[in-house]
Amino acid sequence: MTEAAKNAGARELEFAILRHNPADPDSVPREQVFTLHEAAGMTLFIALNELRQHQDASLQFDFVCRAGICGSCGMLINGRPGLACRTLTADLPRRIQLAPLPGFELIGDLSVNTGKWMRGMSERLETWVHDQALEQLDIDALEQPMEPEQAEAIYELERCIECGCCVGACGSAMMHEDFVGAVGLNQIARFRLDPRDKREDADYYALVGDESGVFGCMTLLGCEDVCPKDLPLATQIAFLRRRMTAAVIARG
Amino acid sequence: MPGTMSSAWSARGELAQGLSGLLLVLFVWAHMFFESSILLGKEAMYWVTGLFEGKHIFGQPYPWLVSFIAVIILLLVVMHAALAMNKFPAGFRQQRALYRHTGRMRHTDTSLWVVQAVSGFLLFFLIPVHLYTMIVEPANIGPYASADRVWSGRYWVLYALLLLTVHVHAAAGIYRLLMKWAPPRRGALINRARARRIALGAACFFILLGAASLIAYMKIGADHADRAGERYHPATAQAPLALKE
Repeated sequence: MTEAAKNAGARELEFAILRHNPADPDSVPREQVFTLHEAAGMTLFIALNELRQHQDASLQFDFVCRAGICGSCGMLINGRPGLACRTLTADLPRRIQLAPLPGFELIGDLSVNTGKWMRGMSERLETWVHDQALEQLDIDALEQPMEPEQAEAIYELERCIECGCCVGACGSAMMHEDFVGAVGLNQIARFRLDPRDKREDADYYALVGDESGVFGCMTLLGCEDVCPKDLPLATQIAFLRRRMTAAVIARG
Repeated sequence: MPGTMSSAWSARGELAQGLSGLLLVLFVWAHMFFESSILLGKEAMYWVTGLFEGKHIFGQPYPWLVSFIAVIILLLVVMHAALAMNKFPAGFRQQRALYRHTGRMRHTDTSLWVVQAVSGFLLFFLIPVHLYTMIVEPANIGPYASADRVWSGRYWVLYALLLLTVHVHAAAGIYRLLMKWAPPRRGALINRARARRIALGAACFFILLGAASLIAYMKIGADHADRAGERYHPATAQAPLALKE
C-alpha cells in the first residue's frame, strides 16, 4: 500500500491559509486555520473548494481547468510553489500551509495576478514570431512544412502554461523585480528554435542579454525543480547563456 | 539600454567570472597536492619548494617566481570577486527577500548558493592575508620555514579557516559552473544529484588532505619552535657532495 493510499480518508487536515485583501484598507495579512476531513484522492483544488463552500465564502483563490493546463492555481504549498489542482493532500503532512505565489500582484488571499506579469514579460521580450514578410503573408497559401523533430522541439517548450511557479521559486526574481524568470527565458529559447521567426542572436541579445535577462540568472535551479510541466528549464537557460555569450564574442 | 555595446559587458562579465573561478578552483586543488607533499616527508616538500622557485630548471632558486604566481592569483581573485559582487544581494531589502525565500523553499541548490555567497564574502578577507605573505616573503617557504610560520607565527588559525572556506566555495562553485553552462541532460549518468555528490566528495577530500598537512606542519613547527627561523638543509643536497669526495 502506498503512503498516499494509507493516508487517504484517515486524517483531519489543518489548512493554515494566508488571508489578506489588498482592496480592503482595513485588511491586515493574517493566517487563518481551517480543518477539513481528508477524502480519498483529494487535491488541494477539491479541499479549497470545500472550504469555500462550507466554511468561508470569502476565501479567494483561482481555478479554471483543475487539470494542470490553465496555470491559474499556482500557490505556495508549505513554502514551495506548486499547482493546487495537481497536488494530492495525501502527499502532504497533516498541517498544510498555503500562501499566495510571491513575485506577483496580490488580488486577495491565494489569488495573484500572474496574467498582468506574464503580459508585461511577453511584451517586453516580444514573444511572437517576427518576420518582415509576415504582413504580405497569404493566409490561404499552404504553410512551409516543418520537420517533425523540429516541431516536437518547439512543442516541448510551448508546453509552458505560464503558471508563475518558476518565478515564485526563483531567488533572482525575489531580489530583482525586473528579472524575466525562467518562463521568459524559455519563451526566447522557444522562438529561437522557430524557423518562422527571423530574429537573430543579436536581436535576442538585445532582449535578454543583461541582468534582467539570462545574465541575471544565478542558477539556483528552483525553477527546474518546481515546474509542474517538467520543462527542461536549466538546459534552456544554459543554452541561451552560451548562445548569448557566443553572440558577443562573435561580434568582437 | 539593452542591446547596446554597454550591455555586451554582461556577457563578458559572466564569462570572465566563470573562467576566473574555474582557474582558481584548478589552482587551489593543485595547490593542495603540492602543500601536502609534507605528508611524504620534509625531503619531498623541499623538492616541491625548489620546483616553484625554478631550482630544478635554472640550477638555483628564484623565490620571486613564487611572488609572481601569487600576484597573478591575487589579480584573478580580485577580478573574480569584483564580478561576483554583482550577484550579491544589494541592500537590506534584497537580503531579506533572499533570506525569506531560502527559508521557505528548503531547496538544496538555493541554500547552497547562500553558502557560496557567504564563503565567498569570507574569502575577501582570508585570501589577501595569505597571498600577501606569499608575495612579500616568497623565500620563506620550506619544511621548517613554513612549519615555523604555521606554528610559531600562529598562521595555523588563518590556514584552518582558509582551508574550510576555500574548499566549500570551490566545490560549490565548480558544481554551479557546470549547471550554468552545461547542465546534464535528463537521464545522464552524471546527473545533478551525482554531480553535487562528486563536488561534495571533492570538498571533503581536499579538506581532509589539507587538515592532515596542516597538522603535519603544526607538529614540525612545534618540535622546531625553539630553533624557529633556522632553515632546512636536505640530506639529498649533501649526498652528491659526499659522493664527490
